Amino acid sequence: MTPESLRKGPATGETILETEVLIIGGGVTGAGIMRDLALRGIHSILADKRDLCAGASGGNHGLLHSGARYVSNDLHSARECRQENELLKRLAPQCIEETGGLFVAVDGDDPKFAEKFPTLCRQAGILCEELSVAEAKRLESHLSDKLIKAYRVPDATVDPFRLALENVDHARVINGSIYRPHTEILGFEQADGAIRAAICRDNRTNTLLTIRARQFVNAGGAWAMIIAQLAACNDVHLLYSKGTLLISHDRITHHVINRLRPPGDGDILVPGGTVSVLGTTSMRTDDLDNVRPTVDEIDLNIREGTAMIPALATARYIRAFSRVRPLLQSSGNSDDRGAARGFVLLDHAGQGLSNFCTITGGKLTTFRLMAEKASDLVAARIGSKVPSKTASVPLPQGEACRWTAPGAAPKYWFKANNPDDMILCECEMVPQSAIDQIVQCAPGTEEEMTLEAIALRSRAGKGPCQGSFCGIRICSYLYDRGYYRDRTGLVHMRNFFNERFKGQRTVIWGQQAAQMELAEALHCGLLGLDSLEDD
Amino acid sequence: MTTCQMNTPPEMDMKEETRHFNTQLAIIGSGIAGFAASIFAVNRKIATAQIGNTGALAYTTGYLDLLGKQDDEQAAIADPWRALEELRKNQPNHPLSRIPTADIHNGFDEFTAFFGEYGLAYSRPGANNITALTPVGTLKQTLCVPATMAAGPRAFAAQKPCIIVDFIGLKGFSGRQVVANLHDRWPDLGTERIAFPDMDHGEIYPEVMARALEVPATREKLAAALKGAAGQAKVIGLPAILGMHRPDHVRAELERLTSLEIFEIPTMPPSVPGIRLRELFEQVLPHKGVTLIPQQKVTALTFAAEGATLSLSDSYGPIRIHTQAVILATGRFLSGGLEAHPDEIREQLLGLPVTQPADRTLWYRDRYTDRRGHAIHRAGIAIDHAFRPLARDRRPYNERLFTAGIILAHQDWIRSRSGAGIAIATAYRAVAEVERFLIAQA
Repeated sequence: MTPESLRKGPATGETILETEVLIIGGGVTGAGIMRDLALRGIHSILADKRDLCAGASGGNHGLLHSGARYVSNDLHSARECRQENELLKRLAPQCIEETGGLFVAVDGDDPKFAEKFPTLCRQAGILCEELSVAEAKRLESHLSDKLIKAYRVPDATVDPFRLALENVDHARVINGSIYRPHTEILGFEQADGAIRAAICRDNRTNTLLTIRARQFVNAGGAWAMIIAQLAACNDVHLLYSKGTLLISHDRITHHVINRLRPPGDGDILVPGGTVSVLGTTSMRTDDLDNVRPTVDEIDLNIREGTAMIPALATARYIRAFSRVRPLLQSSGNSDDRGAARGFVLLDHAGQGLSNFCTITGGKLTTFRLMAEKASDLVAARIGSKVPSKTASVPLPQGEACRWTAPGAAPKYWFKANNPDDMILCECEMVPQSAIDQIVQCAPGTEEEMTLEAIALRSRAGKGPCQGSFCGIRICSYLYDRGYYRDRTGLVHMRNFFNERFKGQRTVIWGQQAAQMELAEALHCGLLGLDSLEDD
Repeated sequence: MTTCQMNTPPEMDMKEETRHFNTQLAIIGSGIAGFAASIFAVNRKIATAQIGNTGALAYTTGYLDLLGKQDDEQAAIADPWRALEELRKNQPNHPLSRIPTADIHNGFDEFTAFFGEYGLAYSRPGANNITALTPVGTLKQTLCVPATMAAGPRAFAAQKPCIIVDFIGLKGFSGRQVVANLHDRWPDLGTERIAFPDMDHGEIYPEVMARALEVPATREKLAAALKGAAGQAKVIGLPAILGMHRPDHVRAELERLTSLEIFEIPTMPPSVPGIRLRELFEQVLPHKGVTLIPQQKVTALTFAAEGATLSLSDSYGPIRIHTQAVILATGRFLSGGLEAHPDEIREQLLGLPVTQPADRTLWYRDRYTDRRGHAIHRAGIAIDHAFRPLARDRRPYNERLFTAGIILAHQDWIRSRSGAGIAIATAYRAVAEVERFLIAQA
């Protein structure tokens, strides 16, 4: 907590909310804990100072690891990934595309590493099939001519936004558990070795609220150390590693493509619906809240990725993003990539607290397992004997959660065949009805929803125009429906464009430069969003 | 694709597979700057050919801005002529700083007068900017507006009761949005939604509506609906749909049928006002004697002692245009005059040196809507006093090559709301220099 954010207060009136468990952090882990607890009959509130997947959960490749990536340096993680990969494919197929993955080595890569790869996979129980170079090139025509080795593994892709939305929505349906976006924890009230309440601020309205609970779970991801310190717990030790990834305009490969070498920069290319995601870099950082891609990181990713897929050198990119991974400091490893990507669950008993725990580290693929372990601890502390059911109960498909999947919106639209339901985002074919549904019933909807919040819950703004046209159309539609009533709607629009721009700034060349020039002429030259009065 | 429209001058040699044209001036680029140059050249009896894709014209709103904002100031400019004097002091390299005020004024006069002859009248450049409306209900300063839009700023200035009418099925234009953002500055503004005649189901498009309104029967039906929507108000604002080829006539007819004052507000581009300009240029200029090849791209431009040669192709084969002088008005990134590569910005046709920031990290500021604008916009072609592009040795690239429009360096047309102003004024100057050059040659 920065002193500055504390000064933002004070606020008027005090709201008190009560629940059995307060979960802090709306990443996939927090969302998973919420659902896991709900399935055990335990009510919770999930609070995030921003919104779902605002941290590393929303800023990664969207790769559902087969585990093969970790066989060389972390066999335990590799096995966990393999198990969770199989479970999620079965239980949450709506969030997953079974693309399969290739591990490829090119001229110059260490042949010894390639040779021992199948054995390592076997040790972790991961299916690994060697392909001839010709066969691999037949599967993926963009692979380099310098290919020397290729293996196929059961990698897949997963939509983390939909995963989080579905988990939160299911918890709401089961027992009315509550998700509160923009709710930041300022501190805790403690008595007799236990936390009694969390003092929070609603960052949208700048009002204070108190959340009372029997148990408190810190699922803050990279922010977990800071949150733990608010409860005077000094046993969470994290290092921060910034990763930068970029998104191409087109889907370049069918499979996940991994470089067959010890993990390094720009060595994974993951398809995601109609695009591909290339990454990542790894750089130490101290700053959790203002990470942005740099030109150097973008160029490094492209340079490295080009060794596997030469077309990456000339591909059109539409966006880049950076997020911070929490690394467990205790691993004592000097290499951040070598640092264990496993997770840690701390019960904080040694810090004199009986009802607070922290879960952090880990990865998207193992979020369910992390949620299960944390929920086991919480349930035991509450005295519940109900076991976790997330390894057997399928994740239902929530109506309002379906708009994040690339290519999903057009499908629904064609199916509904309603000519009055106009398309607002033309790149991704998001219709008016999707916006209505999101505004009215998606998890974490609010009175006056920002365009950013809508974009998080749909594909709006994710296409080549990056929202520069649909942002105007959706804003206009929200005015039209009476959700926006004064000039704050324009401020929402401007903020949305500014937010999207953070991801565009480093990849504006080629056609994107033309796109950007047109967008800016519209937004600033015509509409005057660069001189709104609240500036 | 449409086939290219062109005159068939006597020089054309049908026996050759490659067709050759001779002209005095070749204008490369078909945006506002290119077309303005054509108009100025035709008015000066210079034989002219114009080549280049007209796509980006459809993105214009119809408003002709001269100078609407000073860089890094929030306040709008009321008097652009005085602001030009400031600009000359603060930014002597700015293209508008290189042109006498009288030339800028004359350029606007000549350009706007041209349209009036063809049923698309414009307001003449005044002493002050006009406060014009945008589709989201913000206000913008501009110098000249099409006659179809002029009643809006007037009604706003006079605070007359007014109804913004929008249409079922027309997305991206919401009367409620316009009113929500203007009601504190225009309390007597209201909105009504109506069905467009014979298009009351599904999505409808401005271009289709505009063409439909060229039919008298459609106008009569719309007029009836507008009268119903107006209530007590005497002024009606509509999205820009009042006809494609005779908008002044369509508006006059609707005003006659309704006894209301009617104006248009530009819609999201590509919009009807932009398409009107494009279609008017494409139809009128060939009649004026311009050899217009609007859908093709010049692939090479070479210079020799006796003249310059442009190479291009259309569906009938290769074309060579031999010319005494060339105006490069190819625009920026959107129109393809400049190309942004990861390592540098390049000029597309000749590889002219581009004044630009040292590297890509400097192209954009962190905040998109930063009022100071972005360095990438100030990149462009450097010129000498006669609007000739400079080569690497800082001398003119060629005595026959001139340039006009927003490809020029040292300006940010977006932040300063000066796109049309730079296009028209620099075209005016470039044509004057071409004329001087041709006379000297003769």
